[in-house]
Amino acid sequence: MPEPKLESEFPVIPDDLPDERGHFGRYGGRFVAETLIRPLEELTAAYRRYRDDPEFLSELDRDFRHYVGRPSPLYEAERWSRELGGARIFLKREDLNHTGAHKVNNTIGQALLARRMGKTRIIAETGAGQHGVATATVAARLGLECVVYMGEVDVARQAINVYRMKLLGAEVVPVSSGSKTLKDALNEALRDWVTHVDDTFYIIGTVAGPHPYPEMVRDFQTVIGRETREQCLELTGRLPDALVACVGGGSNAIGLFHPFIGEESVAMYGVEAAGEGIATGRHAAPLNAGRPGVLHGNRTYLMEDENGQILETHSISAGLDYPGVGPEHAWLKDSGRATYVAIEDGEALEAFHTLTRIEGIIPALESSHALAWAARLAPQMDRDQIIVVNLSGRGDKDIHTVAELEGIRF
Amino acid sequence: MNRIQERFRALRQGGRPALVPFITAGDPEPAATVELMHELVRAGADLIELGVPFTDPMADGPVIQHASERALAHGVSLRDVLGMVAEFRSSDPETPVILMGYLNPVEAMGYAEYARRAAEAGVDGSLVVDMPPEEAGDFLEACRERGLETIFLVAPTTAEERMDLICRAAGGFVYYVSLKGVTGSDQLDVSVLGEKLGQIRRHTDVPVGIGFGIKDAATAAAVGRLADAVVVGSALVSRIEAHGADRERLRREVHGFIGELRQALDRE
Repeated sequence: MPEPKLESEFPVIPDDLPDERGHFGRYGGRFVAETLIRPLEELTAAYRRYRDDPEFLSELDRDFRHYVGRPSPLYEAERWSRELGGARIFLKREDLNHTGAHKVNNTIGQALLARRMGKTRIIAETGAGQHGVATATVAARLGLECVVYMGEVDVARQAINVYRMKLLGAEVVPVSSGSKTLKDALNEALRDWVTHVDDTFYIIGTVAGPHPYPEMVRDFQTVIGRETREQCLELTGRLPDALVACVGGGSNAIGLFHPFIGEESVAMYGVEAAGEGIATGRHAAPLNAGRPGVLHGNRTYLMEDENGQILETHSISAGLDYPGVGPEHAWLKDSGRATYVAIEDGEALEAFHTLTRIEGIIPALESSHALAWAARLAPQMDRDQIIVVNLSGRGDKDIHTVAELEGIRF
Repeated sequence: MNRIQERFRALRQGGRPALVPFITAGDPEPAATVELMHELVRAGADLIELGVPFTDPMADGPVIQHASERALAHGVSLRDVLGMVAEFRSSDPETPVILMGYLNPVEAMGYAEYARRAAEAGVDGSLVVDMPPEEAGDFLEACRERGLETIFLVAPTTAEERMDLICRAAGGFVYYVSLKGVTGSDQLDVSVLGEKLGQIRRHTDVPVGIGFGIKDAATAAAVGRLADAVVVGSALVSRIEAHGADRERLRREVHGFIGELRQALDRE
C-alpha cells in the first residue's frame, strides 16, 4: 500500500497566538509551582521540535487514518434541517472516531510525543472518562504504563468507563479531595506529575492547563477544523456560515474554530452548560457567568466566589462539568471573535432525543448542548446558509444517565 | 530594614538557623489561629508561615489539603486571614509573618488592594505557590510599593540558568523545595541538599530556607546545618489535625513539637 500523503500541513495557525510564554492576550500563561517549570520547558522544546518534524507528522497522520479512522465524515442532517426550517445543518462526525469522541486526536499526538521524549509512564485526569479511555487506549497500544485520576463522584457515575480503562490496563485512582470531580482529578494528576517528573508524561485532555498545553492540544485538535473546511468546500462549494461546538475545557470547539479564525464570514458559537439555569448558580458556564482568575496553571474565566475560591459546578454532562475553560476561548470571547452561549440540562436532553429519533445518531450529552443551540439558530437563518455542528462524541456512555432520568433501571 | 531582614540578621549574629513553622489559617477553627501563632512563638518559632486556605491546593499533600478543607468549612477567606494577622500583630510587633497560598484569592482581591491590606495588617511577605517570577511582575510592583517581600521557590528541577531570574525577584528569603513532590512527602535526602544550596548562594545573598519533607527533630537539625531557615509544615499540621478538638491538648502538643525542633536546631 502506498504511503498516504499528508493531506494538509500540520498545524495550520492563521494567527500568532499564544506568544512565546503562552499568553493569549491577558489569558493563559504558566502558573505552576517551581518544580513543574522545567518539565514544562522540556515539553515545550520537544513539542516545538516535533511539530515541524516530517517523520513525526507522517506517523501522526498515519495513526489518524488507520487507527482513529480519520477523516471523520461531514454529514448533512437533511431531515433535521428540513424539520427546523432554516439553514442546512452539517454534523462533523467526531463520534465515529475510535473510542467514540474527539479526545483521541489529542491523546495520540501527546503519546507519540511522550515516546519520543523517552517517558515510560503516562498520567491523565478524566471527568466523564472519555479522555481517560482515550489515554488508556493509546498507552495500551504503545506499551506505556498508565495511571488515570478520576473524582470519586465521577467514578461512581461512570462505572462503565472505569471498567473500560481497567480492561485497557490502566490504573484508575479515585480522588476523594475537594469536590471529588474533574477539577480535583486535575489537581491530583498535577501532584503525581510533580512527584514523578523524571519518567512521567502528563497528557492533559483539554486546551487548559499551563503553557504549552493549550497550544499543543489545540494544534492536535485542529485536524477537526481543517477537515471540515475541505469537506465543506467539496460538498457545498463554500465555507460554513456558522460553527457550533460545546465548551467544557473547550478542546473540540477550539479544534473546529481555530482554522476559521481568520475567516470573518464564519460565525463561531461556543455552547457552555447552563445546568439547572444560570440564575440558580448550578451550572458550568464560566464564560457566561464567571470572571477571570488563575487555576490549573493558566489565567482564564472561572467560576469562583467573591473570595476567589473555586465553586462546584453542575451539568447533566460530566464532560462539561468544569469550573474553568481554555484561555484561548477567554481571549476569543473578549475579542468578540466568538460568541459564547449556554444551554440548560433539559434543552440539551431534548436535542439528544431529537437527533436520535430523526437522524438515527445518538449524540453525547456534551455534544447535545451544541445541537440544542443549532436548533435555535437554524430557523433564524436562510435555507442556503450552512451550520456545522461538532458532534464531538457518541452517546453510548450516556444511555445510563438518560434512562435513569426516565425512571428506567437496567 | 523590615522585620524579615532584621530577624535573619539577628539570627546570623547568633549563628542560628531560623525555625519557620507553617500552619493553615482557620485550622482547626478561626478562633484558634491567633492563639496558636503566639504559642509557636513561645515555643521557639522565629518566623511564621500562615497558609491561606484554597479550594484547589495543587502543590500540597493530603495533610495540608485537609487543613485547607477544615478552614474553608468555616468560610475562612483571605480577608479573614488578614484580620487574624492584625490581631496577632497587636500583641507581637516583632515576629515576621509570611502568607503562603495560591494566586486566585489574591487575584480576586486585586494585587494593589491585597498589598495595601496586608501591609496594614502587619504581614511581612508573601509566598504565592503557583506564581513563578515570569508571571509575577504586577504583583511584585504592588508589594514593593507597600514594603512587602515576595518569597519565591527554587526546586530540585530548577536549572541553574533560572536561578538569577528567581533570585533577582526574591525578597526576604529563597525557599528551596527539598524534594520532587508535594508538601508532606517523605523522601527528603539531606545528603543532596548541599550542592543545590551552593548553587543558590552563588546567585544571591538573601537567606535560603528549606522546606517540604522535614518531619522530625533529627531531619530539622541536619537541614539546619545547611540552611538559614528550616520550614516545618505537614508534620505540625498533622498534630493540629489529631488534636484539634481539644484546645488545651493541642496547645501542649504544638508547644512540645516546636520546642523539640528548637532544641535540636540549637544543639547544632
